[in-house]
Amino acid sequence: MIAASVSEAGRLIRSGETSAAALLEEAIDIASRTEAQLHAFLTIDSDGAREAARQADADLADGIDRGPLHGIPVALKDNMCTRGVETTAASQILAGYIPPYDATVVTRLRSGGAVIVGKTNLDEFAMGSSTENSAYGTTYNPWDLSRVPGGSSGGSAASVAAGSSLLAFGSDTGGSIRQPASLCGVVGMKPTYGTVSRYGLIAFASSLDQIGPFARTVEDSALALSSIWGYDPLDSTSYRGEYPNPSAGLDRGVDGLRIGVVTELSGEGFEPAVEAATTDMVARLEKEGVEVIDVSLPTFDIALSAYYLIAPAEASSNLARFDGIRYGLRVDGPTTEELMARTRAEGFGPEVTRRVLLGTYSLSAGYYDAFYGQAQRVRAAIQEDFARAYEQVDVLVSPTSPTVAFEAGARTSDPLAMYLSDICNIPANMAGHPAISVPVGLDEAGLPIGFQVMAPALGEETMYRVAAEVERLAGFEISPRVLGGAA
Amino acid sequence: MSWEPVIGIEVHVELMTDSKMFCGCAVAFGGEPNTRVCPTCLGLPGALPVTNRAAIESIMAIGLALDCQVSDRSVFHRKNYFYADLPKNYQISQFDVPVCHDGHLDIEVDGETRRIGIERAHMEEDTGKSTHLGAGGRIHAAEGTLLDFNRSGVPLVEVVSRPDLRSAAESRVYAQELRSIVAELGVSDARLEEGSIRFDANVSIRPEGEDEYGTKVEIKNMNSFRSLERAIAFEIERQIGVVESNGSVIQETRHWDEETGVTHSMRVKEGSSDYRYFTEPDLVPMVMTPEWVAGIEERLPEMPADRRARYAAQGVAEGTAGVLSALDADLRRLYDEAVLSGAPARSAANWITGEVVAWLRKAEIEARDAALDGLGLAELIEMVDDGSVSSSAAKEVLDGVLSGEGRPREVADTRNLLQVSDTGTLESAVAEVLAANPHAIEEFRAGEEKVVGFLVGQVMKVTEGRADPRLVNQLIREKMSG
Repeated sequence: MIAASVSEAGRLIRSGETSAAALLEEAIDIASRTEAQLHAFLTIDSDGAREAARQADADLADGIDRGPLHGIPVALKDNMCTRGVETTAASQILAGYIPPYDATVVTRLRSGGAVIVGKTNLDEFAMGSSTENSAYGTTYNPWDLSRVPGGSSGGSAASVAAGSSLLAFGSDTGGSIRQPASLCGVVGMKPTYGTVSRYGLIAFASSLDQIGPFARTVEDSALALSSIWGYDPLDSTSYRGEYPNPSAGLDRGVDGLRIGVVTELSGEGFEPAVEAATTDMVARLEKEGVEVIDVSLPTFDIALSAYYLIAPAEASSNLARFDGIRYGLRVDGPTTEELMARTRAEGFGPEVTRRVLLGTYSLSAGYYDAFYGQAQRVRAAIQEDFARAYEQVDVLVSPTSPTVAFEAGARTSDPLAMYLSDICNIPANMAGHPAISVPVGLDEAGLPIGFQVMAPALGEETMYRVAAEVERLAGFEISPRVLGGAA
Repeated sequence: MSWEPVIGIEVHVELMTDSKMFCGCAVAFGGEPNTRVCPTCLGLPGALPVTNRAAIESIMAIGLALDCQVSDRSVFHRKNYFYADLPKNYQISQFDVPVCHDGHLDIEVDGETRRIGIERAHMEEDTGKSTHLGAGGRIHAAEGTLLDFNRSGVPLVEVVSRPDLRSAAESRVYAQELRSIVAELGVSDARLEEGSIRFDANVSIRPEGEDEYGTKVEIKNMNSFRSLERAIAFEIERQIGVVESNGSVIQETRHWDEETGVTHSMRVKEGSSDYRYFTEPDLVPMVMTPEWVAGIEERLPEMPADRRARYAAQGVAEGTAGVLSALDADLRRLYDEAVLSGAPARSAANWITGEVVAWLRKAEIEARDAALDGLGLAELIEMVDDGSVSSSAAKEVLDGVLSGEGRPREVADTRNLLQVSDTGTLESAVAEVLAANPHAIEEFRAGEEKVVGFLVGQVMKVTEGRADPRLVNQLIREKMSG
C-alpha cells in the first residue's frame, strides 16, 4: 500500500509524493481485487469519490488544507445518510432509498476534505454481531474468508483491514464497532455518548447509538475522532461543553496510571488465547509503570439482559417509520393498515422482526415495569458500578470479544450465542462511556485478538493514551490473507 | 330519576410559532401540499427533533393564564401508533410530566361563576392531513388517500379539563372562554374554521346526587362552539335514553355528524389503547427555571375575565363590559385612552360598542385604521354632556370625525351642528316667537302646559334646530311667567 496510515498518507499528499487521486485509485483497486470474496461494500461510489479526490488535490494545490482527513479515502457504514447516494441500512425495506440530505458526520467529513469511497455492509439496521443479517449478503473476514468479520459494522472493519479504505466509520450500539474491529484486527472506537452527532444516522437504539471510527492505527483513530465530533445543534443529545483532545496523550506513556482489570469479563465463554493475550498485555503494561488493580463490576453480568430489553424497545419505535407510505419498499394491500403490515413483514429480516416484537412486548401496558422499567434501573446500577470503579482506576481493560472470529453460520440459528458476542462491549454503551479496541495479537489459527480499554465519560484523552501504549507494546501488523498476508 | 351529566373537555390548540415544534419548517395555514416539510417532519431515516423554545414559552403562557403550576422539569414521551399521516408512526407528546398542571378557569354561566379545574396542559406535535378521495371522503370506501405533511410537526398544546362541567351550555362557555384566552395571549390564531382549535369531549351521566362517575364516551369532530354544544346535548340525551330503557352505556369513541345532528360509534375501546409510551430518547428533559417562568408571567396580557371585571368596576354596564371585552384590541385601547382622557367609562363603552363599531362595520374599516383616538372620543362625549351638541347631532359629529374631517369640535362647527346656547341670541329668537303667538301666552297662563312644547318647537325651527332645547324651554317659561 502507498501508505500504512492516515497520518502517513497525509504527509505523502502534502509532500507531493502521492495524491488523493492516487490513494483513491489504490483503494478502488484493492476493492476490485477483494470485494468478490469480502463483500465489505454495498455501494462503491467511484464517480463521487473521484470527483472528491480531484477536488481535494485541487484544493491542496491552491493552498487550501482541510485538515488531517484531507484526501483520505474513507468508507461509511450504510446506516449514515449520504445525499444522493443510496442508503439502505442493509435492509430490503430501504432498497433504492436515496437520502435528500447528509448526516452531520458526513457533512463534517466532506468539509474536512475526506474522499468517501462508498457505503459498507452491516447487519440489517445494525442488529447483529456478524454482518450475516444483511439483506444484501454476508461480509467475510479478510483474515479467514470462511469466518465472519463481526458486526454489525462488519463491512467497515473488513474494508479497513483489507485496505479498500484507509479509514472507515461505523456505529456502536452494543459493541458494533469494537467487536468487528477486534475480529478484523483493526482499531475500533466508540466515543462518549453525545460527542458525535447522531443526526442522519439511521437510528437503532437512540439512547445507545454512537458513531465512531475504524482505523489502522491508534493515532489515526484519534485524528478521525477529532474530525467528526463536536456539538451539533441538530442533535438535542449533543454535548455542549469542553471536548478533550484525543491526541494529547499519545506519546506520554502510561507510567503512573491505574488500570482496572474487569474480573467479570473472563472465565467461562472466553477463549484461552483471548484470555492469554489479555493477561499478557496487562503484564506488559504493568512493566511500563502501570498500577494494575482487579476490579469487580457485578452489574456487568446482567448488562446484556438489560440491553436486550432497552435496545429492542427503542428500536421497535424507531423502526415504526418504515411503513411503505413515504419511501422505500411498498407492498400494496387492500387497506392502509394491510399495506403497512405487508410492507413490514416483507421488508424486515428475521432478526429485525425478532427485536421489533421483543421491544413492542417489553413496552406494552402491564409489562413495561417488569421489562423496560426494570432494565432502566439496571442501567442506572451499571452507571453506579462504573462510577465506583473509576474512583480507583483511570481506565478499565478487558478482552474486546470473548472469542476470535467465528465461522460464518456458526451462530445464526442461536440468537443467544450471537448476543453473547457483545458481552464485553455493552456496559460502556449502557453507561455512555468511551471504549476502544486495539489489536494485540493472533491466535494459533492466525486470527486477530482485540484488547478493550474503557474510560469514564469524556475520558478519551487517557483512553487513547493507554491505547497508544497497548499498540506500541503489541507491535501488531495488519496482514490479512485476502491480500496474501503472511498470517 | 333525574340525571346529572359529567363532562370533561380536551382542547387542542395549534400554536402560531414561526417554526414547527421540532424542526425549522414554517408554521402557516394552507399553501401547496408538502411544501413546508423537511427530513424531520417527514420522518425520514436518521432525522432528529430539536425542541422549539418559543413553543415551550407559549404553553407556559397558556398554563399560567389558567393558573396552572409549571413543572420545574418536563419530559417528552413517544406515543406509538400506526397511522398514515403520522410520519414516524409515533407522536412526540407528553405522558406523566406535562409542562403545566393543576390549574382552573372561572366561567360565568347564568350570572353564576363556576370554577372548572384544569388537569394539565401538555405539549405535542400535530400530525399530517389525510384527504380521502371519493366515497364522500369516508376512509373505508375511499378510492385513495392523499397525504399533506405541511401540518406535520406543528406545535400543539392539549388542555385537559377535569370532569367539572355539568351541561352542554356550560361546556360551550368553557370552550369559548378558553379560546378567548388563547387569542388574547397571541399564541395561536385561534380559528376554529382552520382547525387551529379543536375539541374532544368526554361525556357521562350519573343519577343526581351520585358520587361515582358513569361510563364515559368520547365524542369527536365538533368544529364550532355550536356543534360542541349540540353534540354534548345530543350525547347526554342519548345516554339517558340508553339507561332509561335498561341498557348500559359502553365505553367508546363516537363521531359527531353535523348534518344529521347525531353521534355515531367510531370504535369501541377495550380497556385503554396501548400507546406504549416511553421517554423520547432523542430529546433531553426540559428545565423550566423559576426565572424563566417569572419572565413569561410578567409578560402575560390582561385576561378577558379580569378585563370584564375591571370595566365593570370602572362603571361600564355589565352586558356592555362583556361586549367591549370581546372587541379587538384596537377598540379596547380606544376605550382605555378615552377614559384616560377624562371620558366617563360608561359613555365611552356605550359609544364604542354602539356607534363606533356600527360605523366601522358599515364602512368596512379596521379599527386600527380609524381616524378616531381616545382624546377625540372623550371630546365628543364632553360635548354631549355639556350641551354643545345634541345626542343626535353627536352621531353626525362622529361620522365626520371617522370620515377624517377633523376633531369633533371642528366637525361640529363646519357641519353647523353646535347647539346655540348663547342666551342673547336665544332671547331674541324667543321674543320673536312669542310676539308671533300672543294667544299662546294666554293659554299658558290659563294652565295649558303643553303650549310650551309648541313654542319650543317654533324656536327650534327659527334657529334651524341648533338651539339647546332645555335652555329654550327655560327662557320661554321665564318670559311668559314674567
